[in-house]
Amino acid sequence: MIELQNVSMGYGGIELLTEMTLKLVPGSFHFLTGPSGAGKTSFLKLCYAELLPSAGFVNLFGQDVRQMGRDDIARTRQRIGVVHQDCQFLDHLPMTENVALPITVSGRTPDMAELRELLAWVGLRGQANALPPELSGGERQRAALARAVIMSPEVILADEPTGNVDWEMSKRLLALLIELNKMGKTVVIATHDLNLIRHAKSQVSARVLRIQNRRLHLAGADL
Amino acid sequence: MAGLDGFLALLRGDGTPADRVVPPSAQTANLTVLTAAAMAFLAVFALALSLATGRLADRWSEALARSATIRISAPPEQMDAQTKAVLAALATTPGVASFRPLDDAEMKKLLDPWFGPDLPVDSLPLPKLIEVTESAEGIDTDGLRLRLSAEAPGAVFDDHTRWRQPLVSAAHRLRLLGGLSLVLIGGAMAGLITLAAQAALAANGQVIRTLRLVGARDSFIAHAFVRRFTMRGFVGAVVGTVLAMIGLAILPAANEAGGFLTGLGFSGWGWLWPLLIPPVAAIVAYGATRGAAQRMLRGIR
Repeated sequence: MIELQNVSMGYGGIELLTEMTLKLVPGSFHFLTGPSGAGKTSFLKLCYAELLPSAGFVNLFGQDVRQMGRDDIARTRQRIGVVHQDCQFLDHLPMTENVALPITVSGRTPDMAELRELLAWVGLRGQANALPPELSGGERQRAALARAVIMSPEVILADEPTGNVDWEMSKRLLALLIELNKMGKTVVIATHDLNLIRHAKSQVSARVLRIQNRRLHLAGADL
Repeated sequence: MAGLDGFLALLRGDGTPADRVVPPSAQTANLTVLTAAAMAFLAVFALALSLATGRLADRWSEALARSATIRISAPPEQMDAQTKAVLAALATTPGVASFRPLDDAEMKKLLDPWFGPDLPVDSLPLPKLIEVTESAEGIDTDGLRLRLSAEAPGAVFDDHTRWRQPLVSAAHRLRLLGGLSLVLIGGAMAGLITLAAQAALAANGQVIRTLRLVGARDSFIAHAFVRRFTMRGFVGAVVGTVLAMIGLAILPAANEAGGFLTGLGFSGWGWLWPLLIPPVAAIVAYGATRGAAQRMLRGIR
């Protein structure tokens, strides 16, 4: 599925991640934690080929990212749902069209009934025609989650999905991600919110990874 | 009304969900339409100039190639004899369709522009002029010159080559310039549409990044921009072409006195040529936007 072997990555000659090895197996649930600036977002970007490793290998669904053409990358991203930290919506489109974007760009026409069902699942039935700037932080995160899962991807990568929402909304988003995991999706959540991780561990069997000193560690029982 | 809205949306390039992923941008849209309209307007005139000069070159070539003049300069006592000799020679020369000596009134008319209407033609030792019209097979000019030198030493055969050639080559060069203008106008339009497309692409960098992140292929993203700019280029060119054609249609009709300028325009099936300009403009816009989009996309993973 997604496999990193001795991956290092850096910007401008400065190494940010060093010799990371990880294999995501189908149906697994991972938290990725670490202090701000530790490289959690960069790590996720390696997992959906927005960044290339400076050393080591990243394999996405059996393909080495360095060997992938641009169309291969686009196809692979249709198999990976990403919830971006800043949501990345198109502000001129209503939420229905934003959520349906992965379907639109794949050249298909979204099924409006399914789309409404999905929006209802994330609690945004009433905001279907709203523009992204009109939504609250929590609504945007839920819409981003809806967009991430609309293609029924095998893997969901969520980058600080609860970063801008209150605790109640965080629990609600987490519940949605756990529900997806129970449907067989592989979930990776990057977060520095340890309370969220503790809360999740009571409901799902999750591995917790920590990026510290540029390296990936399996977090201990302190969580 | 819904149909009109749909049509306008199509012209704006935001008719389908795939097109709507690119935000509407009135400024670049107007700029592109205006540029295409102005360029198409100029292109129609360049095309008209090119075709008119082509016709002019053909007309001059044809008219001058088929006419020649024999000038007889001889002492008064020999003038009649040499004129008769020349006429006799012309009567038996193959390739001569017709010939006639110019009378005094015609000579006076020829000289009027230089000497005024009061010129006493009778009192001047003017040469005799004989107008010769060639048939399709043409005259053996070297043979005729040899014969004239023997039978009428004062006769000079002038087939107008000396002054026909510069005129015809000037007309051909004008046609070439018209063609070159068309190419330059096309290039300028491509350049301006590329700039407008690049501005739109740069302004939508975040949109493009988002589309890539949700799995859009380069061809999808490029198509969304390319279709929009192609439609704008086409619509602008249609407007410019129609306006220019109306302008040409209301120019005064060609006549003898008007000469070259009033002949600027199209004739007959020639009016179909400008209709090629909008599709060509659309192709230029397509190529320019596609190139700009591909260059932009190469910088985004």
